[in-house]
Amino acid sequence: MTRAKYISLLGSYGVVLALLLLIVFGWARYDYFLGFFNITSVLRYNSMFALVALGMCFVIMTGGIDLSVGSTAALGSVVAALFSPQGAWIGLGAGVGAGLCVGLINATLVTRLKIMPFIATLAMMLAASGTALLLADNQSVSVSYDSGFTTIGQDNFLGFPIPAWIALGAYIVGWIVLNFTSTGRGVLAVGGNEDATRMMGLPVNRIKFLVYLASGGLAGLAGVILASQFGAGQPIEGVGWELFAIAAVVVGGTLLTGGVGSVGATLAGVLLLGILFNVLNFENGKGWISLSAYWQSVIRGLFLLIVVILQAKLSSRGNAVKDH
Amino acid sequence: MDTDILLSMTGIDKRFAGIPALSAASFTVARGEVHALIGQNGAGKSTLIKVLTGYHRRDAGEVTFDGKPFEVFSPQQAQASGISTIYQEINLVPYRSLTENICLGREQRRFGLLDWASMHREAEGLLQRFNIRVDVRRPLMEFNTATQQMVAIARAIGFSAKLVIMDEPTSSLDEREVGVLFNVIRQLKQEGVSVVFVSHKLDELYAVCDRVTIMRDGKTIRTARMDEIEKIDLVSSMLGRSIEKTEGHATAFTARDEKNIGKILLSADNLAVGQIVQDVSFNIRSGEIAGFAGLLGAGRTETARLVFGIDRVKKGAMTYGDKTFEPKRPADAIAAGMGFCTEDRKSEGIVPDMSVAENMMLALMPKLSKSGVIDEKAQREIVERFIKQLGIKCSGPDQKVRELSGGNQQKVLLGRWLAMNPRLLILDEPTRGIDVGAKGEIQSLIKSLADQGLAVLMISSELEEVIEGADRVFVLRDGISVAEFDRSAATEDALMGAMAHGNAPVIEKALT
Repeated sequence: MTRAKYISLLGSYGVVLALLLLIVFGWARYDYFLGFFNITSVLRYNSMFALVALGMCFVIMTGGIDLSVGSTAALGSVVAALFSPQGAWIGLGAGVGAGLCVGLINATLVTRLKIMPFIATLAMMLAASGTALLLADNQSVSVSYDSGFTTIGQDNFLGFPIPAWIALGAYIVGWIVLNFTSTGRGVLAVGGNEDATRMMGLPVNRIKFLVYLASGGLAGLAGVILASQFGAGQPIEGVGWELFAIAAVVVGGTLLTGGVGSVGATLAGVLLLGILFNVLNFENGKGWISLSAYWQSVIRGLFLLIVVILQAKLSSRGNAVKDH
Repeated sequence: MDTDILLSMTGIDKRFAGIPALSAASFTVARGEVHALIGQNGAGKSTLIKVLTGYHRRDAGEVTFDGKPFEVFSPQQAQASGISTIYQEINLVPYRSLTENICLGREQRRFGLLDWASMHREAEGLLQRFNIRVDVRRPLMEFNTATQQMVAIARAIGFSAKLVIMDEPTSSLDEREVGVLFNVIRQLKQEGVSVVFVSHKLDELYAVCDRVTIMRDGKTIRTARMDEIEKIDLVSSMLGRSIEKTEGHATAFTARDEKNIGKILLSADNLAVGQIVQDVSFNIRSGEIAGFAGLLGAGRTETARLVFGIDRVKKGAMTYGDKTFEPKRPADAIAAGMGFCTEDRKSEGIVPDMSVAENMMLALMPKLSKSGVIDEKAQREIVERFIKQLGIKCSGPDQKVRELSGGNQQKVLLGRWLAMNPRLLILDEPTRGIDVGAKGEIQSLIKSLADQGLAVLMISSELEEVIEGADRVFVLRDGISVAEFDRSAATEDALMGAMAHGNAPVIEKALT
């Protein structure tokens, strides 16, 4: 029993373990890996992905998917950049608002018109991307440097990047919502068995509506940080972000079919994939080998597969031992 | 208003696409009463329950619950008003903990957040009332069906239900678990909670119910106290004709020539698997039509599934031809020359968007293809032969099956198996949902197939069909083959008697 528990624990927290191992590896191999500069830049960059992955995590836990997050972030960055001369808060609000609009449309398509999430969000992925290009006139939109808008993405608070604080805050709220509110438990119930949840009298449509709305809003927020960090709204950024987010969520042990998932493990998944990228850059810097961006993608893909396979093996072994 | 009446439904009408599912049905449940609701498939039980719980809107009729007019539009509202339903397929969330399954929807909060500690305590407390002590933090899927069912009941009680509807709650429980469930039901009754108990196992009704309402063809046929109604009356009310007794023949089956019946082809001895099939023995000769009669849940379809290798036999043995027969998968049965037309044509039989020809060739495909390539010409010939032989009304082999009538779809299925040139054909409810004319055609077709030497195992819930069609009838009751009748002995009274009484009642053993 204790052994079984141990193995199944390893299955569910395997991502954390993998993350720790990777950090130890980097620390032992590269001089400046745990240097302050590297840590803050990894956090600053990956906080955008963390926000998108958080929304994705909730959507996937209901058994759905949101393919539009990347385009939504691009749209959010363009809108935020366009509004940034009016002030930092207005730019922020506009970017998040744009994301919420996309989320609102996704939510309506999925819950009211009963369109499959894959199709609905795929359509919105194209639509949001097109809108971003139209608004930006097919080029980057420079943000205002006078209104303080760039503070959001570029400055620090208590020594750490503001985007990292924003992401941390979002994850804490997400954790509380998932574990300590009825809506959060409802998210897992819907993903576990939608019909049963409806029969149990829970507001299934409202729950699904909220997760798509939240996913849109978080993607918009990621877009704000993108614009602020790079000084421009980027209509062509965000390509492939949805896949990164899905990968992070899945590595975190959340079932793609829904019903089982964890906010903390999703964060660990984001960090794992982000730090792996970082490690590959360091490896290139050492000069032993030179990996092109394409090879890096291949390696990340393989690494992702290995973690997922190990996790599936470990958790099924844990269950098998438990049965005896 | 009579305060002893908790629920009263009168004159309920419900039509689906113009076809009445309920017509002027009525149903009354007293406070603290355990009320059985029984009827054959399609009698309207589930529609009635779904109308009550807001799943369907009624077209006409009055419902009063707890002294007030009752109008709900969703299961949520019904639950909030005090009606909880425990469905046959347990409707809970397997990945989530027992606590969540019991408490979701009326969570306890502290400072606006969920108070897990008191929710766990509450879940434990509710389960302990049924003497179940388990770790409520574990996910539901780790527990057996009986416990899951108790969780569903605990949930209902947690919602302070005044009426708990149980839809075939015992179908997946063993004897001991049924005993526990019955104790829970008695406890609910003592606490003044009413229970509607849907079941096909007559002994159970007598063990736990106070009154019974029998439905047939969307109407309420009879309501009676359990201690005032005989089993045989229950059965005849459930099965009784909707039309007046037909003179002479009610089906297209005509007398058969004994000479066409040959040696024993398949014999099954003491088959058992789980609770549904406990001890079934029968045999069938080539050229013979053997009928399976019994109430819903008697284990007829499940026995057929064993023969066809869909489920694996736990106990018992079969011989086929002269050899022992142990099918591990349907392919084994097909290779041995068997075919199986399932009861549920839509989900298990036809592929609606494929053509008549494709549907007919599905099972034959492996035989007709040479290294993966299908022999089009051979296929064409076979399909055209069967369309003619079975009289399938279609525009041609390429018409989509979904465009055909129910009767013609059934013929396509028959054709699929006949194309295999089988020795034994299992037909599960071959004429269900087929209009009268086509029904007759299918019945004569079955007879002529048997005349050509095919052994037919026919499962039917229509008494006339087995009585007039089968050369021998086996009656199944609660998973046991209780009687066998020759054509001459298979009368309506004899069959209904066997369905009602059988021999050894199983349930009473469990309760004492």
